[in-house]
Amino acid sequence: MERDTHFILGVYDDEDVLLHAVEKVRGSGVKIHEVYSPYPVHGLEHVLGYKRSRLPIAAFLFGMLGTSLALTMQFYMMKFDWPMIIGGKDYAAFPDFIPVSFEMTVLLAAFGMVGVFMVSSNLKPWAQPRIFDLRITDDKHVMAIDIANNSAIEVEKIKEILKSSGATEVNNKSFE
Amino acid sequence: MAHHGEHHYNLDQRFDFSASIKKSIMTVLVIGAILLGIGIVLAMTGGHHEEAGEAGGHAFHWYERLYANLWINNVFFTGIAIVGVFFFAIQFAAQAGWSTPILRVMLSFGNWLPIAAVLMIATFFIANHDLFHWTHAYLFDKNDPQYDKIIDGKGAFFYWPMEKGTFPVFYIARMVIFFTFWVFFFNKFKKISDQEDQLGGTSHWFKMRSWSAYFLVFFAVSSSVAAWDWVMSIDTHWFSTLFGWYVFASWFVSGLSAITLLVLFLRGKGYLEMVNENHVHDLGKFVFGFSIFWTYLWFSQFLLIYYANIPEETVYFVERLTSDVYSPFIFVNLALNFFLPFLVLMTRDAKRHGVFLKLVCSILLVGHWIDFFLMVQPGTLGHNGGIGLMEVGMFLVYGSAVALVVLGGLAKKNLIAKNHPMLEESYNHHI
Repeated sequence: MERDTHFILGVYDDEDVLLHAVEKVRGSGVKIHEVYSPYPVHGLEHVLGYKRSRLPIAAFLFGMLGTSLALTMQFYMMKFDWPMIIGGKDYAAFPDFIPVSFEMTVLLAAFGMVGVFMVSSNLKPWAQPRIFDLRITDDKHVMAIDIANNSAIEVEKIKEILKSSGATEVNNKSFE
Repeated sequence: MAHHGEHHYNLDQRFDFSASIKKSIMTVLVIGAILLGIGIVLAMTGGHHEEAGEAGGHAFHWYERLYANLWINNVFFTGIAIVGVFFFAIQFAAQAGWSTPILRVMLSFGNWLPIAAVLMIATFFIANHDLFHWTHAYLFDKNDPQYDKIIDGKGAFFYWPMEKGTFPVFYIARMVIFFTFWVFFFNKFKKISDQEDQLGGTSHWFKMRSWSAYFLVFFAVSSSVAAWDWVMSIDTHWFSTLFGWYVFASWFVSGLSAITLLVLFLRGKGYLEMVNENHVHDLGKFVFGFSIFWTYLWFSQFLLIYYANIPEETVYFVERLTSDVYSPFIFVNLALNFFLPFLVLMTRDAKRHGVFLKLVCSILLVGHWIDFFLMVQPGTLGHNGGIGLMEVGMFLVYGSAVALVVLGGLAKKNLIAKNHPMLEESYNHHI
């Protein structure tokens, strides 16, 4: 039985208890796999020690890609491929290109950001989500601890730490 | 964080407008006055502007440049003052809690309004023909060779109900009404805030929200009309339908920069210890976002005129872009007010750290002054304008005068609205 268990779950009723529990559990050297909660808990990512998301960098790069694509496309079309005089302006009248460049920047930044987020969060349409406990969609917070990541600490010791940190239940969970 | 500790902030703190701060501001004022004086003397004695018989049919006088400078700074600093009150009212209309400790900082800018009103009206009567082409009576006289059909068509907007070309009753009435109501609302906000300090409870907050809503409706109309009256009417033939918002955007960015700088200054002096990097971050986001909003309006105005290529509209940009005096400033304007805040304030860290914000906000104040310089001077001075000692001096004199008045007003009452119902929320502001 013990050998099949991959995760130990601490179930918490209250977000304040949870936040302190995260601090305590991490303080005792246990590595937390993930914490699941029915709603965003303010400050949770902070106590979990998560680094800030690098998504803005992806957004910036995709945005720049959009700007360059739009400008290249317009210069190529208007100056080389099919030059037309419009309103007596130059073929390559830069101010005219700005609205399209702006829109392409926003479009690619948005699409790029969504795409990167989906990939990095494993939100692929064919991805099988791992449900640790159904009650995380209702009224319970669940702290999951991967045993493989905490081989230095005994399982019983981890369970003790969870209990003493205020968990109302401590369960085992394994996936196929 | 979800865990709320007990907060022990000094809610009765009051800004000490110490002699040393006054002395530094006075030093800037004196330096500005000296530069202004030298500028005036140079302009009076310098013979290089005495080209008689211009297109307008009159010789250029040095005092015209002085008037134009007065007008630029009147409009610019009136904008900063009213935006302080506007941003204050927005906090109540939006039911915002994060900004509670800095509410009085915003409101303190309104202290400049009564002085701005006097300066604005006085400058209008002194400068009159030298600033506003439409004040000439001959434009409305059908028998005069200089009769102007287009301006005659717009005349009623200035002179109604009097005869065109006489006394601009409607124009002056608007100026007086706008300032009267702005000062009225400012005093009302101050009074309710004071009562809240003494009596507490939530009723003052609800009262303030109602008055804020009334003010915002009035400001929505008055700010736009003020922009037409005070700035767009200089180029009397020309018009732009988004000019009101464009001027408002420039005012708003300047006002936000001034508010941010004052908050950072007070924090540096040890006040407002509950204002942390989260509040500063929000101010930074406002400065960043509305700089882009300003650019959006600037570019919308430019692109439509450029693309449609209608002579009566393009004249505005032709006058500026083909001028040796003004064309470089068009690009300086865009560089300082768009590219700089856009690139520097893009990252989260830059918005949370005072160093970057202080730098960008200071540059933005200069940048938007240049924006108003570009709106006022080409239409009033033509090729006789430019940025010289007179401009720098006048800007410093006005800026330090505003600082004296605003800080003086701030020092009179507690810095923090201690009974504001959302104070606790602002302590826990976390983004």
